[in-house]
Amino acid sequence: MDFLRPNTFAEALALKAEQPDAVPIAGGTDVMVELNFDHRRPPALLDLTRIAELREWSAVDGKLRVGSGVPYARIIEQLGGQLPGLAMASRTVGSPQIRNRGTVGGNLGAASPAGDTHPVLLAGDAVIEAASARGTRMIPAAEFYLGVKRNALEPDELIAAVHLNAAPGPEQFAKVGTRNAMVIAVCSFAIALHPAEKRVGAAVGSAAPTPRHATAAEEFLAGELDWDAPKPLLDSVKRRFGELVAEAASPIDDVRGSAAYRKHALAVLARRTLGWAWQDHLGKETRECA
Amino acid sequence: MIEVVPSEGGVVPAAVEVGLVVNGEARRLVVEPRVTLLDALRERLGLTGAKKGCDHGECGACTVLVDDRRIYSCTTLAVMQEGRRVTTVEGLGTPESPHPVQAAFVEHDGMQCGMCTPGQVVSAVALIAEGHAGSEDEIREWMSGNLCRCAAYPGIVAAVRAAAGGAS
Ligand SMILES: Cc1cc2nc3c(=O)[nH]c(=O)nc-3n(C[C@H](O)[C@H](O)[C@H](O)COP(=O)(O)OP(=O)(O)OC[C@H]3O[C@@H](n4cnc5c(N)ncnc54)[C@H](O)[C@@H]3O)c2cc1C
Ligand code: FES
Ligand code: FES
Repeated sequence: MDFLRPNTFAEALALKAEQPDAVPIAGGTDVMVELNFDHRRPPALLDLTRIAELREWSAVDGKLRVGSGVPYARIIEQLGGQLPGLAMASRTVGSPQIRNRGTVGGNLGAASPAGDTHPVLLAGDAVIEAASARGTRMIPAAEFYLGVKRNALEPDELIAAVHLNAAPGPEQFAKVGTRNAMVIAVCSFAIALHPAEKRVGAAVGSAAPTPRHATAAEEFLAGELDWDAPKPLLDSVKRRFGELVAEAASPIDDVRGSAAYRKHALAVLARRTLGWAWQDHLGKETRECA
Repeated sequence: MIEVVPSEGGVVPAAVEVGLVVNGEARRLVVEPRVTLLDALRERLGLTGAKKGCDHGECGACTVLVDDRRIYSCTTLAVMQEGRRVTTVEGLGTPESPHPVQAAFVEHDGMQCGMCTPGQVVSAVALIAEGHAGSEDEIREWMSGNLCRCAAYPGIVAAVRAAAGGAS
């Protein structure tokens, strides 16, 4: 097995172009599991951890660019204010040791339907910056997930960064697992309110071959919410929203849960997170009026 | 024959020379790229404190500090740590002069068989430095990456709390 260790992103892209079957390794929390158990014998590994530019994030005019190699621990510590949804999802990943190493780039690279950042990236309209020696392209999250563990990257491409707007409104993320730590999601859900645009982002994880938008739920809720004169939500609206979120899923029965349970749990998560997010919005409005 | 690797970026051949600072001491070793940091520590450097409980990031027995952050040494490669500072349980204290966290584990019965203990102790040192020892609940949450098959959790939590300065 060759071990490629570029010091710059340009070098990494050149190496990946020469050897497209080289497997990138960032935090290693997915790749190493496969290597240690011999599930995978890649001809080469491409170590991304020496590339300083991948570990940086920047914010310009409310637009954030988060390098693919920024570990979860730093997203939690440094970006909780601007990207609350992503920070919430990051907090639920694995354990402190996993969060010190694991990265959003790795979550996207693995493209597991259960990856915790995916629903948040969808709900927040994230755009993935994919780069190759040929150039750079921007892939909306909604077009990035193609199938179970399949993403839209070409063999010579690497993920440079994820682009997100600083949250324009309340965001929530919730997941169901068998305990509070170190669990892969049985199902997960993210919601993002975009009050200025009177729009809602909502997405489900671990409940279909890919993470996906709950489009009908988004449209329904955007029409029901009284953005200009916010008032408490009707239970019927929460309930319908939950139903539509559950309908967006096409889950399977597996060791972690049955399809029926997943649908039920998603409806509960959707109602609950909507309640929290709207409460948050109401709170802000009252504070601003006071 | 061992090929020595140029330190600039590029392709690395079959065996690789790596320089690490382990428990304060500069060490050089030659390893195959697929050797984990855990195997390098245990089998090449004779530091058997970090344990191999699961070899895939689930149990925490292999926890070490790299540049003061706790990580699982089983889910990273030795070659990826070039130039980094690695601290294992051996680097924290000695039987004659234990680290305060080690002393607290002894005093509060923070172990039974001891298999998970080196990882627990290293993790606890990091947890305290991170400022996550504010309450028992917080300690439990932030120790969640270290399992104990003997379920010595009450003693572990008590030890961490005591080492962090008690009821803060
Ligand atoms: C014990 C344990 C618990 C876990 N718990 C969770 C959890 O709760 N939630 C969750 O979502 N995940 C969990 N995971 C999975 C894993 O930690 C995450 O998916 C993490 O985000 C992977 O990031 P990484 O940097 O470690 O990826 P790596 O292992 O380095 O890479 C993962 C994949 O992405 C590719 N890749 C990495 N970086 C790039 C890049 N820049 N460009 C292109 N491809 C790239 C790699 O080639 C590989 O295919 C867990 C893993 C373990 C071992
Ligand atoms: S041996 Fe590394 S986490 Fe279990
Ligand atoms: S003391 Fe036996 S596993 Fe923890």
